[in-house]
Amino acid sequence: MSTVLFWVLAPLAAASGFLVFRFNSMARATISLLVSFLATGGLLILLGLGYLGVVVILMMVMEMVIMAVFMIAYMMNPAGLMPMAMYHNRRWSLVIGLATFVLLAGGIVVVPWPHRAATPPKDPTFQLGTALMGAQMLTMITLGFALFATMVAAVVLATHRGRYDRFGDDLKRRPAADPVRGGVER
Amino acid sequence: MTLQLFLLLAAALFAIGLYGALSQQSIVMIMMGLELMLNGVTVAAGAFWHYIAPTGSGQVIVVVVVVAMAVEMAMGFAATTAIFRARDVDMTDMAADLKR
Repeated sequence: MSTVLFWVLAPLAAASGFLVFRFNSMARATISLLVSFLATGGLLILLGLGYLGVVVILMMVMEMVIMAVFMIAYMMNPAGLMPMAMYHNRRWSLVIGLATFVLLAGGIVVVPWPHRAATPPKDPTFQLGTALMGAQMLTMITLGFALFATMVAAVVLATHRGRYDRFGDDLKRRPAADPVRGGVER
Repeated sequence: MTLQLFLLLAAALFAIGLYGALSQQSIVMIMMGLELMLNGVTVAAGAFWHYIAPTGSGQVIVVVVVVAMAVEMAMGFAATTAIFRARDVDMTDMAADLKR
């Protein structure tokens, strides 16, 4: 059963990943990417990482929904009603992609991989929790700070006009330098 | 199912993502390529955990990759918003011009 699932999910992940860059429609490309991520989540579950597999699936569903919103906002042709070509340097990109795959595949086939050092735990989720709350606590804290920094940086980047734009570097300018009068903060 | 098969899939996903990241002009599509590359790393990390080192630290690598995907997505969209607001472009070729 596991083998059958692998041979269903693995080609699906790779094929849908490739189709992302073949579709004319951005909406189809997003759905294709989502299918690739769902297949990857399924493969993680197949490997015994049930919790992480479900996390990947849930996270990617939300991420693709957000991506769809951004595409509709920014892309000139989100629905793919008109054919579009947004490539550059396609030939060399293909060559580099293929060369990377050949190099990695060569290493995968040639390298004598070691045998498994231990048996998988009965409860991988408990193992992950124990690791994150124990030996890998520093990693968890670092990831937390990285996510917090990301939130701050993303808001700063995406904000049109912040308080320093309105009130000056010392925040003492009154009234605020707003293009639109009336205190609507624009 | 073997480790090599999972790693070959991971390599394929990584290579496809690299092709997309290099060949696309749209910033959103480039982010899709980067996501696919990280997707490949996720598969490889999961396979290494299962077939070589089923330890807690092995799973943490998957967590780190998932967080990297979230960070990449958030910062990518924020940068896209900033550059679109500043210069009304969403293509890398147009954004490469230094002069407005």
